[in-house]
Amino acid sequence: MYTQALDTHGKEPVVAAAGESAAHAARFQSRVDADEKIEPKDWMPDAYRQTLIRQISQHAHSEIVGMLPEGNWITRAPSLRRKAVLIAKVQDEGGHGMYLYSAAETLGVTRDHLFEQLLSGAAKYSSIFNYPTLTWADVGAIGWLVDGAAIMNQIPICRCSYGPYARAMVRICKEESFHQRQGFEIMLTLAQGTAAQRLMAQEALNHWWWPSVMMFGPSDADSKHTAQSMRWKIKRFSNDELRQKFIDVTVPQAHFLGLTIPDAQLRWDEATQHYIGGPIDWSEFNAVLKGNGPCNRERLQARRTAWEAGRWVREAASAHAEKLAARTTQAA
Amino acid sequence: MSRAVAAAARPDRALHEALLRYVLRLGDTSLVLGQRLGEWVGHAPTLEEDLGLANLALDLIGQARLLLTYAGEIEGRERDEDALAYLRDAPEFFNLALAEQPNGDFGCTIVRQWLMDSWQLEIYTSLQESTDSRLAAIAAKALKETRYHYRFSSGWLVRLGDGTAESHERVQRAVDELWRFTGELFAADEVDERMVAVGIAPPLSTAEAHWSARVDEDLRAASLKRPAAQPYPWHGKRGVHTEHLGYVLAEMQHLQRTYPGARW
Ligand SMILES: [Fe+2]
Ligand SMILES: [Fe+2]
Repeated sequence: MYTQALDTHGKEPVVAAAGESAAHAARFQSRVDADEKIEPKDWMPDAYRQTLIRQISQHAHSEIVGMLPEGNWITRAPSLRRKAVLIAKVQDEGGHGMYLYSAAETLGVTRDHLFEQLLSGAAKYSSIFNYPTLTWADVGAIGWLVDGAAIMNQIPICRCSYGPYARAMVRICKEESFHQRQGFEIMLTLAQGTAAQRLMAQEALNHWWWPSVMMFGPSDADSKHTAQSMRWKIKRFSNDELRQKFIDVTVPQAHFLGLTIPDAQLRWDEATQHYIGGPIDWSEFNAVLKGNGPCNRERLQARRTAWEAGRWVREAASAHAEKLAARTTQAA
Repeated sequence: MSRAVAAAARPDRALHEALLRYVLRLGDTSLVLGQRLGEWVGHAPTLEEDLGLANLALDLIGQARLLLTYAGEIEGRERDEDALAYLRDAPEFFNLALAEQPNGDFGCTIVRQWLMDSWQLEIYTSLQESTDSRLAAIAAKALKETRYHYRFSSGWLVRLGDGTAESHERVQRAVDELWRFTGELFAADEVDERMVAVGIAPPLSTAEAHWSARVDEDLRAASLKRPAAQPYPWHGKRGVHTEHLGYVLAEMQHLQRTYPGARW
């Protein structure tokens, strides 16, 4: 799954901290400009490092919190084939979390530290996962729309200036397109099914459309980080550009399904060759971001409960590893 | 039909019924255990274990699909894997009762898994030589998966048994709790005997001896005690289950039951 442009709500990063030589900074920027990859041991501005840590960890948190709304339906998937595909999909998301935590670790933080930040509520994850999956069609809609939006967002990150993040994203993107297809296939089956199934599909689109459109983050006019992230080639397209791409790709898919996008003002604009939607209600986005979405508490609580319930297991594993090491030393 | 053919056909029908029942037992056991493991996804003690348990669930659901598809063909009533998984009630499920036991804590899940994996290791190993070539092929594929499952579960059994005082106590309690369901693993009935007679399935007594030796070795490595053998009133493989299975099925089957005839 994916992170929205969450960091755009923070403060503008301080680009050159005291003590960082201008020469280093200039050399760094020229390497970025030349599309060279920055690797963990290379010099980098502290603000670049901090921006990446925040973005990659938010992305990682989003992957693992994102396991919950769909994981919900593993036991209830309506056929064995769907069950198997859903398990594989949710498992992939966990794998994405692992690659991303590893990429973040190359910047000098530990996975446990990042995890604590998630559990304490200090770190953010994509707001989309604070919406509930109430029917099977919601599982289809997540794959189709949320993974679909994730692909739009993530493909440019495959060319991100930071090597480990870019490489993690290449692996992730391959799997995301399978996720999007399985979601679309669920929607297609429902759309061609009984009246009750078609209704279920339409309602899922009604629930997930606006949150998916908002996944791209605030509009460019309100987005504080975009310019700097563009210079660093962490970001390659603005939030609004990506959002537009998503809408242009998705609207014809909804038509193909025979479903209606829940935006009365949506229209095809001949002049720009784009679908133009109505205004986005950012007050909802901000409310969910502040913790007042339908499932914010449940999602964090589920992560905390799993972490607490697993503490004795993790302690046992490290105790056993220490005993093994001690026994090996003794034997030697 | 000549009298001789009719006489020969009668035992064949019984054999056919026994084969169907035998395959359903294997398929239902994988399905119910996979369903249980699916409950863990997103809630495991670490991300690595989350992925590990999901892997096991995925393999077991895959085995169930192959076995139930085959069962549907043997039955010949045009029931596919989903009709068998979603439209039978608890008394028509023939999984081992151990498979349906609740997840409990991670230790309890590991013990259940380890007992099931070491059982499947023996059964699938022998079934590779089955005179039923379809079953032999399914077993060969499943065995590769089961070897990996067993490494996962026995590895954790040792880690938890050897780890801390708390983990040792928890995992020993799980062994004590679940042991009563192991009697059923090797209790042969007329279905098993019929399968053995025609070389489709291995004699359970041989499998039990191997299983028992392996289990003892693992318990020793984990510094855990083997509980005394206990009589068992559950006969999951004969459709007599613990109360838990009804809830498992209610959750698993609810969409198929709510929207009869819909395709998903
Ligand atoms: Fe993902
Ligand atoms: Fe995904």
